[in-house]
Amino acid sequence: MAVRQDLQVELSQETLLEMYWYMVLSRRLDERAWVLHRQGKVAFHISAIGHEAAQVGAVFALRRGQDWLVPYYRDLAMVLALGLTPLEFMFGLMGKQGDPSSGARQMPSHWSLRRANVVSHSSPVATQSCHASGIGLGIKMRGDEAVVLTTIGEGSTSQGEWYEAVNWAAVHRLPVIFMVENNSYAISVRKELQMAVAHVADKAAGLGLPGITVDGLDPLQVHVVMSEAVARARAGDGPTVVETVVHRMTPHSSDDDDRSYRPRQEVEAMKAQDPVAGFRDRLLRLGALNDQAEEQIQARAKQEVDQAVSLAAEAPYPSLEQGGFPVYVEDIRHG
Amino acid sequence: MADITLIEGLRQAMDEELGRDERVFIVGEDVGARGGVFRATMGLFEKYGAERVIDSPLAELSIVGVGIGAALFGMYPICEVQFADFIYPAFNQIVSEAAKMCYRSAGEWTVPLVIRAPYGGGIGGGLYHSQSVEAFFAHVPGLKVVIPSTPYDAKGLLKSAVRDPNPVVFLEPKKGYRLIRGEVPEGEELLVPLGSARISREGRDLSLFAYGMMHHYALQAAEQVAQEGIQVEVIDLRTLLPVDEQTVLASVRKTGKALIVHEDTLTGGYGAEIAAILAEHAFTDLDGPVMRLAGPDVPAVPYSHPLQDWFMPDAERIAQAIRKLAAF
Repeated sequence: MAVRQDLQVELSQETLLEMYWYMVLSRRLDERAWVLHRQGKVAFHISAIGHEAAQVGAVFALRRGQDWLVPYYRDLAMVLALGLTPLEFMFGLMGKQGDPSSGARQMPSHWSLRRANVVSHSSPVATQSCHASGIGLGIKMRGDEAVVLTTIGEGSTSQGEWYEAVNWAAVHRLPVIFMVENNSYAISVRKELQMAVAHVADKAAGLGLPGITVDGLDPLQVHVVMSEAVARARAGDGPTVVETVVHRMTPHSSDDDDRSYRPRQEVEAMKAQDPVAGFRDRLLRLGALNDQAEEQIQARAKQEVDQAVSLAAEAPYPSLEQGGFPVYVEDIRHG
Repeated sequence: MADITLIEGLRQAMDEELGRDERVFIVGEDVGARGGVFRATMGLFEKYGAERVIDSPLAELSIVGVGIGAALFGMYPICEVQFADFIYPAFNQIVSEAAKMCYRSAGEWTVPLVIRAPYGGGIGGGLYHSQSVEAFFAHVPGLKVVIPSTPYDAKGLLKSAVRDPNPVVFLEPKKGYRLIRGEVPEGEELLVPLGSARISREGRDLSLFAYGMMHHYALQAAEQVAQEGIQVEVIDLRTLLPVDEQTVLASVRKTGKALIVHEDTLTGGYGAEIAAILAEHAFTDLDGPVMRLAGPDVPAVPYSHPLQDWFMPDAERIAQAIRKLAAF
């Protein structure tokens, strides 16, 4: 298993800038979430910082709105690119009415966006993987053209649930892409204590499907690899494991302190390889972006984040009666 | 009317639902050409094909987990867990996922799913082919828990469960699969609503609550003591979650005495919930202690025949408990 480096990228300038926009928007929102937590204004945040390139590269390989995403909690950039608005993110972060994921029932970053085929997930890891295979099974049974992308951290691929899900998809050649966002840490435990294989993607060989590892700091490489996997899935050729190697540039969550388990130099080195800054520099070199456009993008991101924070802060909490439903479908209130 | 077995009622229900709606499918171990280890799906593979009667990998959590995913897509899966004893690997999927999906997505995502599992002892199944698992699931808001005890209800409840938009844990008394026979109407749609108990024998002296195989024995015990002049009202609970509180309370308000029977072990068992409902809402109607007759608090049903008999409540033991309570 080698990391692919021979990839040809053919994307329009417009698409490149849109990808960059979602990476910037995700980063600015994420940073603000940390600030709000430190100010005591929100109870919890779990970060996508360092994962943005992999997420945006992947999601741009989908037919957004038609294909399905079964995500995990680190996928902020991904869900933004699928249409979650900054305000909706802030509603969820602050536990306010209007959170489309759960009506503020779940912790922040436990995504769901029905209008964009983003499926609700929980906190116990790897539970979502079987759902992706089940959706893939439904797609196959109904002759639908959609594919399913599901994401997970590398530590969570230790779970039996993940193996069962991938096995199902491989046996039935289901249109599912199992994307692993490998940031080398499951909270504090390094990948070497999670698995004996060199690459997470090597696990695919034992289950009878292709596995590929790609540099997750490069959205364009991810896009190419993911596009191939999506094409295979859509053609009925079955699932793929795609490992994107990324950096978790923050502690696991706002409740974690990573100073006890990893040296500061390591984190500093990651910052020197920041995928958002890296993509910016690349676009500048390519001429797809100039300093003026970059300033506009940053100003727009700041304005959107500021507005989202201020509107969400003023928004009401859910009424207490909303704690009581809908336990069953019969309880769902429409309108 | 046709006289059929309980398992034939289940088979007919699945056959009719597969025929009614293309979104319905069956998934589980050996459900295909084998027709299920108990033959509950016999003939369905031949009739509906491998795409709708799916032999799964031998892994229970993904039978349920993949079923949940398919349900999220808009399908109506019937997941078979071969024995209720093997349902625990899927516990996380049932409790964390299926049960919470509607609530946690504020109703955006729902899981119309049936999980069928044969449960209960008395068939030489030892510790791991005899367990009763209903209490674990009856504690979980978001699930419905159903246990039929007659062919009529097996068919009518399973058809309703398939059409229910919520996840339903459907537990089948496997000892009764071929032992229990009964009349089922032919040529008409049979649907029994979830959430309703059934008074299967009227009486004025004592209310006897049971479900599954124990309901079968409860009727036998009631017949025995009737000859001694004790008129027992037998209630087949049928749905444990949500429980039919109204029927439970109405019966005890009439009789003043309550006995609950289940083969699951005693402590924290489902009988405790019925007892609590009665203590809370029928205290002044009671003229005797609420009694429970249940399996002993050992890990599970032992294999050796005498030990198995020692574990299992039966008609004789139920009759003894009735006499004791009636004399109070």
